[in-house]
Amino acid sequence: MKFASQKVAMPYFIFALMLFAGQILFGLLMGMQYINGDVLNELIPFNVARMVHTNMLIIWLLFGFMGASYFLVPEEADTELFSPLLAKITFWVFAAASVATVLGYLLVPYSELAALTKNHLLPTMGREFLEQPTITKIGIVIVCLSFIFNLGMTVLRGRKTVVNMVLITGLIGMAVFFLFSFYNPKNLVLDKFFWWWVVHLWVEGVWELIMGAILAFVLIKVTGVDREVIEKWLYVIIAMALISGLIGMGHHYFWIGPGEYWLWLGSLFSALEPIPFFMMVMFAFDMVKKRRYQHNNRIATTWALGTAVMAFLGAGVWGFLHTLAPVNYYTHGSQLTAAHGHLAFFGAYAMIVMTIISYAMPIMRGRPQGNSEFAQKLERYAFWTMCLSMAGITLALTVAGAWQVAVQRLPESGQALNFMATQAELNPVFWAREIFGLIFLSGLVAYLASFFVGSPETVKLSNSSLATN
Amino acid sequence: MAERFTKGMARNMYYGGSFFTFLLLLGLTTDTMLELPKRDHRQNITESVAKGKELWEENNCIGCHSLMGEGAYFAPELANVFDRRGAGDEKMFKSFMSGWMAAQPLQIPERRKMPQFHLSDEEVNDLAEFLIWTSRIDDNEWPPNIEG
Repeated sequence: MKFASQKVAMPYFIFALMLFAGQILFGLLMGMQYINGDVLNELIPFNVARMVHTNMLIIWLLFGFMGASYFLVPEEADTELFSPLLAKITFWVFAAASVATVLGYLLVPYSELAALTKNHLLPTMGREFLEQPTITKIGIVIVCLSFIFNLGMTVLRGRKTVVNMVLITGLIGMAVFFLFSFYNPKNLVLDKFFWWWVVHLWVEGVWELIMGAILAFVLIKVTGVDREVIEKWLYVIIAMALISGLIGMGHHYFWIGPGEYWLWLGSLFSALEPIPFFMMVMFAFDMVKKRRYQHNNRIATTWALGTAVMAFLGAGVWGFLHTLAPVNYYTHGSQLTAAHGHLAFFGAYAMIVMTIISYAMPIMRGRPQGNSEFAQKLERYAFWTMCLSMAGITLALTVAGAWQVAVQRLPESGQALNFMATQAELNPVFWAREIFGLIFLSGLVAYLASFFVGSPETVKLSNSSLATN
Repeated sequence: MAERFTKGMARNMYYGGSFFTFLLLLGLTTDTMLELPKRDHRQNITESVAKGKELWEENNCIGCHSLMGEGAYFAPELANVFDRRGAGDEKMFKSFMSGWMAAQPLQIPERRKMPQFHLSDEEVNDLAEFLIWTSRIDDNEWPPNIEG
């Protein structure tokens, strides 16, 4: 580790992984409720489980992005973090607020939580992914401001590398677009229109900047390829991400009120959205091919290649599958949407966080050349188990979506099967999804276990025989 | 990448391209804001419709249902439930709604369960008004059929 203050990233990563585990458990519960509505439905109704599942995902990714930033910004800026103390305080505030919010979801009915947190003063609750009480949202804004201030001051007094500038731009964009979550007009169409300015401009906009910056950083470190080459790639990738993604938002405007020209614009621009993800694949593989040395943390390199490939498949290919308006007319809001959502979030964002964790965590634990061989082997097993089972979940949901479209959407009114009857028909595929989910859980357990195996002595031994870089 | 394509060019592509595209987005957004009053019939948002939207939000309906295709995919689409369950007749739909909301959760084994929300008659009426208003938004004729 170049600077002692980089170590503030550690609690962020640990807490992120704890939430990740929670997210998966609630996902498995939802998978069961899809098959049998009586499973724990009185204790944890589906809407609560889903809210916990998606909110935990968002929060753990934010913790991951923050940990990544605290780790890489000082190193890139070539200076200590502006205020490690502020980073620690921010961590505890954010962690406490997250736990309190999730407990609020689980312990009281949602309408009571809304009353308890005085939602009527500034109603922002009850919209997908933005279910957090208004007070939590305000807390998120304060945490983000403190976080960006801390990093901004670090960058200002240090080296301004492209990786740092792109990362900071992405983080500022994330904070700015989050402000739209406070806009909740009585008019549902306006509400939905600007809701996407948070959701789409995050995941198909500024988050791609964050992902690109983290990927570039890790590739510089594990391949030793000249920074100039990597920065050029990074610029082109994020240029394509924004050029396609900003107007690509139109693919969400097809059926919620906005005018007909969005059918053309949304189809055209979002059809370009796979390009930056495809470029990330070429970028990652090209850099690894041209590597100047073999870093002994090989599994970190695997994660970097893996996130590029899975993001391309999930966000790129599975997104393109249903993004053209004439197709989307039939697939909108079907299980196909869920298929795309799962692979895209896992491939792009869950995996980029695990990439930086895989690279940074051993360094923070005094193992600059990575974990012991056994720990890496276990992590590699976990990598493949999680990737393949997530692919399985995606395929199952894709079959479910196609089936649903065929029986519920394509036939004329009167001939089409109703929603509930359709869902009952899909049960075998939902079982397959649940089984893949259980395999994913086993992969996650192996992944978490990889942090605890392999004695430090063996690590020291294998590290001492290598030059550090 | 070819050497002719320099990092400076890549940087300009990023700054120029994203700046121009963002301006285009702002322009299109402005145009949409001007066009929307014709499509969202906002003049019909009564106090009851607004109250209905609040109830929709404060009970996290989107956690199971979709509305205009957005939300969860666990329970039926509701932007056209007025057409599906009320056949376009407000009185019929409202009587369906009060019966339906009171009957939850349906005691059918293994069926997905809708919780009992304990809404008052007036609240159920507001919720119905909100769903009726929603069903009349011009949404480019989605969904493809009555089943949502």
